[in-house]
Amino acid sequence: MASSREIILSALRSAAPTPLPIPEPRGIGARYPDLRQEFAKAVGEVGGRCVLLSAEGVLEEALSGFSEYSQAKRVASLVAGVDKANVDLADVKDPHELHDLDVCVLLGELGVAENGAVWIREGVAGNRAGWFLAQHMVLVLPGESIVHDLHQAYERIDAKSRGFGTFISGPSKTADIEQALVIGAQGPRSCTVLVIG
Amino acid sequence: MSSTRALRQAASGTAETSRPAAREQAPTGAGATRSRPHEHAHKAAAFVANDARLHWHDQAIWFLRGKRDRVSSAVPDWEQLRSAGEQIKAHTLSRLAEYLEQFERNAIQLGARVHWAKDAEEHNRIVHGLLAERGVQRVVKSKSMLTEECHLNPYLEERGIEVVDTDLGERIVQLRREPPSHIVMPAVHLKKEEIGELFHQQLGSEEGLSDPKVLTEIARQHLRQKFLAAQATISGVNFAIAETGGFVVCTNEGNADLGTSLPPLHIACMGVEKVVPRLKDLAVFLRLLARSATGQPITSYTSHFLGPRRGAELHVVIVDHGRSGILRREEYRRSLHCIRCGACMNTCPVYRRSGGHSYGVTVPGPIGSVLAPHINPAAHSSLPFASTLCGSCSDVCPVKVDLHHQLLVWRGELGRAGLLPLSKRVASKLGGWILARTWAYRFFGRLGRWLLARVPRAVIYNRWNAWGRQRELPAPPRESFREIYRRRRGQ
Repeated sequence: MASSREIILSALRSAAPTPLPIPEPRGIGARYPDLRQEFAKAVGEVGGRCVLLSAEGVLEEALSGFSEYSQAKRVASLVAGVDKANVDLADVKDPHELHDLDVCVLLGELGVAENGAVWIREGVAGNRAGWFLAQHMVLVLPGESIVHDLHQAYERIDAKSRGFGTFISGPSKTADIEQALVIGAQGPRSCTVLVIG
Repeated sequence: MSSTRALRQAASGTAETSRPAAREQAPTGAGATRSRPHEHAHKAAAFVANDARLHWHDQAIWFLRGKRDRVSSAVPDWEQLRSAGEQIKAHTLSRLAEYLEQFERNAIQLGARVHWAKDAEEHNRIVHGLLAERGVQRVVKSKSMLTEECHLNPYLEERGIEVVDTDLGERIVQLRREPPSHIVMPAVHLKKEEIGELFHQQLGSEEGLSDPKVLTEIARQHLRQKFLAAQATISGVNFAIAETGGFVVCTNEGNADLGTSLPPLHIACMGVEKVVPRLKDLAVFLRLLARSATGQPITSYTSHFLGPRRGAELHVVIVDHGRSGILRREEYRRSLHCIRCGACMNTCPVYRRSGGHSYGVTVPGPIGSVLAPHINPAAHSSLPFASTLCGSCSDVCPVKVDLHHQLLVWRGELGRAGLLPLSKRVASKLGGWILARTWAYRFFGRLGRWLLARVPRAVIYNRWNAWGRQRELPAPPRESFREIYRRRRGQ
């Protein structure tokens, strides 16, 4: 008896219309005069907070200005220079231990001006449970990594090799109750993006 | 016509294995004229009876359409994007088997296991088998219309497995033991006071709460406990990428991410039409999806899964469940382009005023009305008529599904298969006869205008005239268009 796989594939083959050529869409995409400003505006519109910083050294100073950071007890950071970091994601054997994480600071690889999204990939020091379990998320993003739109983004990011990567655009949110926007559904209650340089 | 024959066979009672509820509601005879509880209009009656609520629902949904308009019109290349989306989908469907094989090959390469299910039953059996083999008793699920379509939850619950839907709207309707009424906003038919009462009853929260912020916080605490306690997670798939073997899941709440980053088993369920050829194709669909759905530029989380987490298992279940049959039918093929954004229901004047539950299927609105008759034409024969054919659904569709055209094609097909009630058959025959004869058209037009202005109310507003229910007919004009035109040209 043929397997379900064979049955489905042969049904799809016999049902398929004449093969069409693969389209190469041209002339699509967004272009903005000032990428950093556009990106910052987009982050604000999706419920996040974006701060443009001039140099990396001021990271701790910028973080201290936020009450969710200054009051945090458990902080994980994948970015150097975060003084309060006291949880090492790489050390955590069971991701469930991260349930009471207050703040998670992550390094964004790329920002997208059209939608305020930041691309993050789970590296060796992964344990992405911490990203989503943390009450608050901070994304540190090099200013020169901001691109105009998703078309450009997919040319640059690594979303082909094994692992996990995600575009994060603002905090966890929902409008499932009478369409009232509520920030802080199940995941992080805030999303702060610090653009460096 | 072979398709008509197939329909007749289906109508005589063989189809529909996955929807026991719909089977119960199927008509006993195709010509039944009275009490047709499976019909859209019948199911909408209770919803329509509450006028204030109907208008509240109408406005709430229209608000989404407005947001979609504002955001999409701010994208200068919107129409080119729609064309690109349509072309990529059409191309993919023309080589679907190839792309699925490529996806499977690459997914296995990344360490995932791939399963194939012909129908809902096999899908449910595979998922249950994976859970049972590992002794799983507590599962969290992020939103997946496919698992709703397959009725996976009751299947697993009957076998002693707790399934918790983790999308807030889905959790709300799950606690109410009812299906979602919208594919993007499952609880859009409910008022915040009702949700407060539900949480009081089911989650033990204080009585009389109605602030969405407070209610969302209660759900947050409840669901985070469920995430931490889960032994496995089930997710849907928004897009599977043939080129990489990975797939993408989009959520605003982060529930798919919380769900998949904790337990050691992730089962992702996808329909065969979810595959796209290349990674770069995602840019086109992701720019269209959230803008069309909720007026957001992108969802909060757009997660790319390429193989299992370290120390965990990843299984992908690829499901046909009638899709190859739709692919075979040229006139309906484009409905497989659908990326489940919900824009067609948000704009639909019938959906907005009748509510999602009136459709009696997992996917309501225009897209649901063209998909459902494939599964069971007899049970869903009224759905293609739950439309004014205004065409707004086709206009807003981000991948250019010709929805209103397909609704019209279905009407003809269901009529030829003898699946329409007597009232519709007689009215269509009579209408067709009149419209085909100029003299009859003019005569009955004049007669109608004369009669409508003179007959007593009871002749028009009675139980036999559906057009007189819940509405006042407009005053008949004194002259026809033709008469006005003649008169003006003569001046």
